[in-house]
Amino acid sequence: MKRQVKNIISAALIAAMVIPMSACSSKDASKPKDTGDSGKATKTETEAEGKVLNIQCWNEEFKSRVTDHYPGYEKTGDNSGKIGDVTVNWIITPTKDNAYQNNLDKILPENANASADDKVDIFLMEADYALKYVNSDTTMALKDIGISDDDLADQFDYTKDIVKDSNGAIKGASWQACSAGMIYNREAAKAVLGTDDPAKVQEAVSDWDKFNETAAKAKEKGYKITSTVNDTYRVYSNNVSAPWVTDNKVVVDANIKKWVDDSKKLVDAGETTTADLWSDDWSKGFFPEGKVFCYFGPAWLINFSMHADEDGSIANHGGWGYCNGPQSFYWGGTWIAAATGTDNPTLVKDIILKMTTDQTVLKDIATKDSDCVNSKTVLSDLANDSKFGNKILGGQNPYKELEAGAEKVDMSNISNYDQGCNEEFQAAMKNYFDGNASYEDALSQFNTAIVEKYPDLTTD
Amino acid sequence: MSRKLSHTQRVNRWGYIFLIPFLLAFVIFQLIPLISTIYNSFFENYMSGLTHIGPTFVGLENYKKLLSGGELLQYTKNTMIMWILGFVPQILISLLLAAWFTDPSLRLKGQRFFKTVIYLPNLIMASAFAMLFFTLFSNVGPVNSILVSTGILRHHFEFMSHVGSVRGLVALMNFLMWFGNTTILLMAGMMGIDTSLFEAAEVDGATAGQIFRKITLPLLKPIFVYVLITSLIGGLQMFDVPQILTNGTGDPMRSSMTLIMWLNKHLYNRNYGLAGALSVLLLIITGILSLIVFKATAAEEVD
Repeated sequence: MKRQVKNIISAALIAAMVIPMSACSSKDASKPKDTGDSGKATKTETEAEGKVLNIQCWNEEFKSRVTDHYPGYEKTGDNSGKIGDVTVNWIITPTKDNAYQNNLDKILPENANASADDKVDIFLMEADYALKYVNSDTTMALKDIGISDDDLADQFDYTKDIVKDSNGAIKGASWQACSAGMIYNREAAKAVLGTDDPAKVQEAVSDWDKFNETAAKAKEKGYKITSTVNDTYRVYSNNVSAPWVTDNKVVVDANIKKWVDDSKKLVDAGETTTADLWSDDWSKGFFPEGKVFCYFGPAWLINFSMHADEDGSIANHGGWGYCNGPQSFYWGGTWIAAATGTDNPTLVKDIILKMTTDQTVLKDIATKDSDCVNSKTVLSDLANDSKFGNKILGGQNPYKELEAGAEKVDMSNISNYDQGCNEEFQAAMKNYFDGNASYEDALSQFNTAIVEKYPDLTTD
Repeated sequence: MSRKLSHTQRVNRWGYIFLIPFLLAFVIFQLIPLISTIYNSFFENYMSGLTHIGPTFVGLENYKKLLSGGELLQYTKNTMIMWILGFVPQILISLLLAAWFTDPSLRLKGQRFFKTVIYLPNLIMASAFAMLFFTLFSNVGPVNSILVSTGILRHHFEFMSHVGSVRGLVALMNFLMWFGNTTILLMAGMMGIDTSLFEAAEVDGATAGQIFRKITLPLLKPIFVYVLITSLIGGLQMFDVPQILTNGTGDPMRSSMTLIMWLNKHLYNRNYGLAGALSVLLLIITGILSLIVFKATAAEEVD
């Protein structure tokens, strides 16, 4: 009788033991398999310049740009290619849960000692955390691989500020200039402002006071001014007067405080929501029933994220318009950096130069992939070319505004800790907007979260 | 005493041999990590960007830091609230189901089918389950659409912005995932009870309710204690469901942040010192709570 009970218990205990064990073993088993695959592909002999070019990235974007636009690149497999007799390996680690950075943090410091075929030669960075790598020895100054500041003269200044280390050396380059602006719903603009002309709409939102007045008018017509408070966060946070962190102390800038105050008023008035970016709640405004007046974003948001190929979306029938909005800002972009210890410096130099400064390549990228490219000359050409009307924007050519915006973006006030600060601040303030906490309580939750993330920082 | 091993001793030797796999697994996967966790908890050791800070011996500094803030208490409270919210309905429903399933006089049809069905939620990954609920209960999700279109609510309800609803959802998910498992454990316990006791009670004229209260429940105690303690330990380690449901924030105002979610926050910068200290505290809390449960429920047990 009792034996049955015992059997069940022992079976449960065995299960409790074996299940975690098998979980461990499957993890262990998958690891060598991964390295085994890349190891197989990298088995070539080494010479003065390496025969293998390893590129660390988080998605297919740069791979497809190189495949399509780098002269002499030959695709040999899903994640491999050839340039001359050099094998190119694409090592993709998704950004989810910080996996991409965790991976870099592990391998970059050891890169100089890695065997020739395993050395990382190029890795990609996003602006939010670029300084973390730029301000360390793991990233090479472009000067040291033979790219002078003059070579980069046609690029927008902000794209260079983001990858400048504390001594002023540029350590990366981007082919994109993701200057961004306000993307408004033309239908809504007609209803609210009586016009959908970009210049007129710009007048109605030229500073935050006017923007908030327009929000009130939009509400009368049944439109939310933005889909969520987080839409405008980047606009405010790109226009701060000091970095998040000075002397290891976290300080909330006046313009970020202004975002909190303005947003709280909008939320309380029912003129926007507190949904997360990229959530279903956020993207419902891409359709007419969503009743959202505007979004804030760059060219890639317009071209790739607004459900343009879906019947019934606003983008599908060209119902969006574009203007600069209250303050200039940027969103996104990918920077190419050379990893310290690379054994292919010549090739790395050539890839960076071709992909980020060669005007033919850049114009090609702009035409084929609709990237807003990082070249003043190319963007002016496009702005004056009537062929480049954007279907999603009802034929409007946004390049003039994009170029003007990119000139104005000032990213000199960035710090190593921006990614964590921005994420935690928005998360903490959601509690304030939702009415679950006072501003002081939400702020103290932000402070707690920041010290958890960065124990070397202090807060008020 | 003969020099040769007696028969019993020879057979007993096999016992030790059979224990080796467990012992090895225990030492490698439990004991060594446990000791290194305790060791690590006395050091300042974390990454700031790409710079490695430490390890420097700081004594009990990490423990002081954890115990001086009010967070530890708050997150323990959150964890316990969400566990109790889920455990109470879980044990009630499980008892009821187990009693029905094991009662031969009911002659339930399709027992096998239902036993499988109630266990199924446990087979889904907790994270997938949480993701599903996140989508179901989002502001534009199906639950809100149904509530609004049937006229129960006038405006959509923001499930993720209210303390009660977030905690309630976490508890509901834990309940759904674990009641099948508990039912099967309790059934095993009930089937282990000598049927002659039930028959004797029936002959003596006891009602079904009396039999359940006077015979089933007391004899079920050992398995009951087992269920309670394993569930408590599982509850204290609650992580994936609230983590995914709240996107790791534990919002609103960290009211659904569990102890392990807090631990996870410290691992963002590989803060082995603080995380280690927190793990040790967690071990102590688990130990104390288990002891209380064990003492309280096993007090009058004779054997």
